Amino acid sequence: MSSDELIWRIAGGSGDGIDSTSQNFAKALMRSGLDVFTHRHYPSRIRGGHTYVEIRAADREVQSRGDGYNFLLSLGDSFARNPQEEAYYGNEEIKPLSENLDDLREGGIIVYDEGLISEEDVEAIDLEARAEENDWHVFPMDLRGLAREHGREVMRNTAGVGVTAALLDMDLEHIEDLMSDAMGGDVLEANLEILHEAYETTREEYEFEHDLRAPEGSHETEQALLSGSNAIAYGAIDAGCRFIAGYPMTPWTDVFTILAQNFPDMGGVSEQVEDEIAAAALALGASHAGAKAMSGSSGGGFALMSEPLGLAEMTETPLVLVESMRAGPSTGMPTKPEQGDLEFVLYTSQGDSSRVVFAPSSIEEAYEQTRLAFEIAWDYQLPAIVIYDQKLSGENKNVDVEFFDREPKPDLGSTLTEDELAEAAHDASGKFKRFNYEDAENNVAPRSLPGQKGGRYLATGNEHSPVGHISEDPDNRVAQMTRRIEKLDSIREELNEEHESNQTYFGDDDAEYGIITWGSSHGAVHEAVERLNESGHSVKGMSVSDMMPFPETEVTEFLESVDEAMVVEMNATAQFRGLIQKELGRFGEKMTSLLKYNGNPFEPAEVVEGYEVNLADDDREPTAQVRIEPAAGD
Amino acid sequence: MSAFNAIGEEREIDRDEFTPSVEPQPTWCPGCGDFGVLKSLKQALPEVGKTPEEVLTVTGIGCSGKLNSYLDTYGFHTIHGRSLPVARAAKLANTDLEVIAAGGDGDGYGIGGNHFIHTARENHDMTYIVFNNEIFGLTKGQTSPTSPKGHKSKTQPSGSAKTPIRPLSQSLTAGASYIARTAAVNPNQAKEIIAEAIEHDGFAHVDFLTQCPTWNKDARQYVPYIDVQESDDYDFDVTDRREAAEMMYETEDVLNEGTVLTGRYYVDEDRPSYQEEKSAVGELPDQPLAERYFDEDAEWERSYDLLDRHT
Ligand SMILES: Cc1ncc(C[n+]2csc(CCOP(=O)(O)OP(=O)(O)O)c2C)c(N)n1
Ligand code: SF4
Repeated sequence: MSSDELIWRIAGGSGDGIDSTSQNFAKALMRSGLDVFTHRHYPSRIRGGHTYVEIRAADREVQSRGDGYNFLLSLGDSFARNPQEEAYYGNEEIKPLSENLDDLREGGIIVYDEGLISEEDVEAIDLEARAEENDWHVFPMDLRGLAREHGREVMRNTAGVGVTAALLDMDLEHIEDLMSDAMGGDVLEANLEILHEAYETTREEYEFEHDLRAPEGSHETEQALLSGSNAIAYGAIDAGCRFIAGYPMTPWTDVFTILAQNFPDMGGVSEQVEDEIAAAALALGASHAGAKAMSGSSGGGFALMSEPLGLAEMTETPLVLVESMRAGPSTGMPTKPEQGDLEFVLYTSQGDSSRVVFAPSSIEEAYEQTRLAFEIAWDYQLPAIVIYDQKLSGENKNVDVEFFDREPKPDLGSTLTEDELAEAAHDASGKFKRFNYEDAENNVAPRSLPGQKGGRYLATGNEHSPVGHISEDPDNRVAQMTRRIEKLDSIREELNEEHESNQTYFGDDDAEYGIITWGSSHGAVHEAVERLNESGHSVKGMSVSDMMPFPETEVTEFLESVDEAMVVEMNATAQFRGLIQKELGRFGEKMTSLLKYNGNPFEPAEVVEGYEVNLADDDREPTAQVRIEPAAGD
Repeated sequence: MSAFNAIGEEREIDRDEFTPSVEPQPTWCPGCGDFGVLKSLKQALPEVGKTPEEVLTVTGIGCSGKLNSYLDTYGFHTIHGRSLPVARAAKLANTDLEVIAAGGDGDGYGIGGNHFIHTARENHDMTYIVFNNEIFGLTKGQTSPTSPKGHKSKTQPSGSAKTPIRPLSQSLTAGASYIARTAAVNPNQAKEIIAEAIEHDGFAHVDFLTQCPTWNKDARQYVPYIDVQESDDYDFDVTDRREAAEMMYETEDVLNEGTVLTGRYYVDEDRPSYQEEKSAVGELPDQPLAERYFDEDAEWERSYDLLDRHT
């Protein structure tokens, strides 16, 4: 097997330190000059239960998980309940080994902790026979014993990393550096001893017959390893957001936590409140009083936010909400990604909506579009929603540090200063015409803030007159409603003219076929398109980020330019395809769908296969995990 | 120079400044108790030295929610039950604002009940006035959380089987540091109490009895009230939690029997407000957050400086 890419999977029980170990190992690989991308799989349990993290590393850009993987470090589940008998969850100790074998590629490596996983258990799963069949190289090591000898059992992760480094012929330097950054004193000593002993023992005890070695690479600039949640939080910080209110719900909690931890040092305010209605209402109240504010949640919590969201639209109060999708309906699968809340986020709350919805498709876009969401929300005075999912939220990728090197943008958009207020239109009673529709440029009526001189008005969730009084006058209603809704046209125009497209294009410009996708499925689709073209197909891809206002022209041009197109998304009802048809009123006959909703994100090979079955008239049956939805009229 | 010059402005304040000089005129029914709240606020605000532009009134939905439509301050007429979360965040964002939230008993004790408990618990520095008419007014007379047991309405035709909630006791248990009840039929006391509530540093909850002549003609709100502080029969220490609790309990019992007691029930000047607590643990900046956006010299930290931990 060639060593052009390493896909290392570390598996254990929740609570076994899989996350921190993988984070450090990914960083070590990044520091050695490789591009890395991580994928995290975990169950909805706090301790115990099989979990893994996969790190894909290569000497080229990686923007998706791979197909399968080639190195398994299986620690065993130390929180396994009832190891003697088959517990409710089955015999759990061995799950981090047994549950992962299906995806391991031919010629792959297996290291498992024989200190925790018993010989009988291994025999019971027929590992030897399977290894022979697949040319796997199996290395049982007593990681637990080794760790216990030098320190504590929990350090078996370090032993595992030592074995990994030995088998991959890696330098220990970066791993050691990261350890000394993270710890000190006796703990560091013990960990270093364990690392070295595991490394040496492996080299002495085994002869390596496998071909897999860590790929070599180098970076020209400094890299940072960060997740989609980090990127969203950092985009918010750089946009001047200094107020966040929330209520915990996976996976949105990550963004909430990052900001709550950073805000005290930055003069920001964070509030954990009683529920999501309150959370969004607080963000709204803070924004009304002059702070750049955000809130967010996942599907169920976002449902509660629909009231304050509508209030923000009606009172034209800027606000950023993030919605981190997980599989639904209802509480669904809390730790599994899905792209099933698109329609919900587009149309939640009563009346005709005037909101902006961005769906970033990568870590970089998560940063850019969160920043943009703040900018648009404050310039146009309406709520902007960033919709992403558990996958983008938790995956880590290396990004050029320079990418983040830009000025903060704390300006309050179309908010007037007191001097400007003095010049602005007021009614006979001296009230500021805050909702003035008469000369609203770009449909925006500039606002004042409570406490400013000369800016008094009433913000109301009822339909209202220019100064904010409740009004059911039909002419006023039409003027206000039209202005609010037409803001979306002004925004679409601005996005077209002043910003680089939020949409991403890839593949061959003149291709016959197209694949169109959105959000976090982009990475896998992008890679699939490259592979398809390499194998002689003629395909191009488009990943759409603007959900509202919808990029009508761009999507129309793309679809017109191809004979047929496949829409790839992680949900069961083809919501994005539905949106395209609704927005463009055509192309129903041109689009088929590739859908996946089993809780795991697409792998590139599934997209390749889906394409072949769908568009290239292959008569293979697709795998059971994906579904094909034919084009209308098919 | 501040970006919010209306805040803290020292000048003689004319009572009329709080009355909109052009439309709208109140749409409340003749004889509605809501006029009493409006009037006492218009009297109290100039008395405590507040200018219309430094006050933010945040209301919910209901007849009560229209309060700030007829009061010339900065205002936010929000949605049913949600005035408190909006109001407390406005105060956190700009601690210099005078924030007053108001709504009805359905709005505040029913749909907004959760927010009421938590805002009181946290002791946010603000005033909360609940127009308690023991009925849903705007939706035409349904039973509310404060309607007495046995109350008949179109939605509870056989008479309500529910015991009314005890707003005063509930507020005390939750943690409000100023609790009073007053009534529209007693304008002098109402004005005093509202002024005290505004000046109080912490969550000041005023249960304001307002009569609804349209839907609730029998309500006790019409009965002559007794001021507990002025009556020798009800001697208790308003700063003592236990004594206050007992008095509230009794008050809420006799209200159900038809005797209306009003006055201050609990005043805790020592408990720090949420804003003070939050700033003591370093989670609230010294300069009002909102001011910072106008401060040319403000330093805005950027995410780039946080990247060290990711490299
Ligand atoms: C979410 C929601 N539910 C219901 C309503 C309808 N609604 C409007 S006012 C009201 C009751 C108001 O009663 P109360 O708070 O006692 O105020 P009052 O009108 O008596 O002053 C209701 C149920 C609404 N506007 N929003
Ligand atoms: S319905 Fe009742 S509460 Fe509403 S305005 Fe009329 S009298 Fe007042």
